[in-house]
Amino acid sequence: MSIASRDGPIVRIEGLTKRFGPIVAVDRVDLEIARGELFALLGGSGCGKTTLLRMLAGFETPDAGRLFIDGQDMTDVPPYRRPVNMMFQSYALFPHMDVAANVGYGLRRDGVKAPEIAARVAEILELVHLQDHARRKPSQLSGGQRQRVALARALVKRPKILLLDEPLAALDRKLREATRFEMVRLQEQLGLTFVMVTHDQEEAMSMATRLAVMNAGRIVQIGTPHAIYEHPVSRFVADFIGIANILALPEGGWMALRPEKITLAAARPDLPQSVSGRIVDLAYEGDRSLYHVATEPHGTMIVSTANTSRAAGGAFSRGQQVWLGWADEAGQRLEA
Amino acid sequence: MRFVIGLPFLWLGLFFLLPCLLVLAIALGTNAPDSVPPVELGFSFKSFALLFSDDLYLAAWLSSIRIAATSTLVALLLGYPMAYAIARTAPNRRPLLLMLVVLPFWTSFLIRIYAWMGLLADNGLIEQFLRWSGLASNPGTILGTEWAVHLGIVYAYLPFMVLPLYATLEKLDDSLLEAAADLGARPLAAFLTVTLPLSLPGIVAGCLLVFIPAVGEFVIPDLLGGTGTLMIGKVLWDEFFTNGDWPLASAVAVCLLVLLVGPIAIFQRNQARSLEKRS
Repeated sequence: MSIASRDGPIVRIEGLTKRFGPIVAVDRVDLEIARGELFALLGGSGCGKTTLLRMLAGFETPDAGRLFIDGQDMTDVPPYRRPVNMMFQSYALFPHMDVAANVGYGLRRDGVKAPEIAARVAEILELVHLQDHARRKPSQLSGGQRQRVALARALVKRPKILLLDEPLAALDRKLREATRFEMVRLQEQLGLTFVMVTHDQEEAMSMATRLAVMNAGRIVQIGTPHAIYEHPVSRFVADFIGIANILALPEGGWMALRPEKITLAAARPDLPQSVSGRIVDLAYEGDRSLYHVATEPHGTMIVSTANTSRAAGGAFSRGQQVWLGWADEAGQRLEA
Repeated sequence: MRFVIGLPFLWLGLFFLLPCLLVLAIALGTNAPDSVPPVELGFSFKSFALLFSDDLYLAAWLSSIRIAATSTLVALLLGYPMAYAIARTAPNRRPLLLMLVVLPFWTSFLIRIYAWMGLLADNGLIEQFLRWSGLASNPGTILGTEWAVHLGIVYAYLPFMVLPLYATLEKLDDSLLEAAADLGARPLAAFLTVTLPLSLPGIVAGCLLVFIPAVGEFVIPDLLGGTGTLMIGKVLWDEFFTNGDWPLASAVAVCLLVLLVGPIAIFQRNQARSLEKRS
């Protein structure tokens, strides 16, 4: 069994559906996740990403479809018999146990001998830099430390898949960025498969090897962060990921054009496509500036320029007449 | 303003502390059957000495504690699943269930115990039912036995067990149980390692709320129990109303208070400590 399953995907989902009363939370989802991936489920609130993750963990029973983990049908297997572990958004640390007891909980349930539990807990605590906090209660830890305890607790059983529900949502911005890299490092070091749910596109883009964009219970696009950003298939994806100018094409249909693919100039640029317009709004963001330009054919378009020099606030000002230009291949034709 | 703040203290002083001191004063007096009230104030430990010299009082004490403890345990075993079930139902249905728990309070305690007398009496409803259903062809009378006392205490104090248990179980975060299941805990293991330890404050509170009044209970053993049921509350009553020995009755009351204050104080200190830890 294990030999045959070595090559297949670690997760295979076929037509998975979950309803809550009249609401279809997850709607006929098909998905395959390969071994060693850091896979992200991305979408707004209520898109079904969390329900899908909870079905992987076994907390929700699907109404239709099958779910395979490492080649084995897990659709009706209870959570305590699945080879997966989850890191909860709230961390769900046991408040009456210290850090070591929290992390060792899963090993104790499996009947692992005490000396081995102690060794494995110590090893994993070292990995998340919490070796000096083993005797603390969760209430005596900072938010970032709690997050690492939750991570250690979910990793210590060496699950086939680590499920992460908004793993960084409760951290402040600075810590979130550092933790992102830390988690990718751990994932690569341990060679595990991570499946992560997030509403934060920046988080999904920067961490994931592949991601699925979800909307209304369905996966609307799956791909690498680069493919999703540069080749969105629909207006929804183009709009959801980053900023996109959605332009109507003369021959019908739509095109997504990213703000940084557009050249902003005072005179008509020597590019295949160009329009003129007037700057109606601008936002200085430090590393870049965003201009809202009112154009005749396309309405208000958003253009960004990189602030590579320290000269004050970019070269253009509100109300100024400007030209926008872009290459033919700069935009992505949308299917829907 | 200062008066408003002082009001509760004034109230406690007048209606709690002062009566307690009066009881203590009477306990230290001597019996004087011919005067009104039948007490001669003084500073005598005679009544207390009598309490410790006569086996009757010790036996009544131990029997009270035994009956209260078993009743508390039964109330816990009945009340825990009830509280757990209420805490697990949909939030919009909980108020109804909680109302059902406190519904008996709408009828006087005394009347409810009298109702049990009717139910448990010779040829009462319960006996008739047992005979009719064939569960027991010749059931003995329950009324007048210690079983009836246990039944009465469990019945009367069950809400005091259910409510604090519900309060702690309702606060229990569902994701903790999911985390336990996720880490390999079967439902029973998850209950024993997560739910039970986290509901310990509710268990302690509920047990104290049942145990403390049950130890001193008078009405239930008097009405439902027989002559064989010895409880300290009944002894107190007999000393006061039958024997007219006020100082002895007061000494019993003082001992009751002192012995029950101990566990309450320990409980309070634990509560304060766990609150400190949480913050």
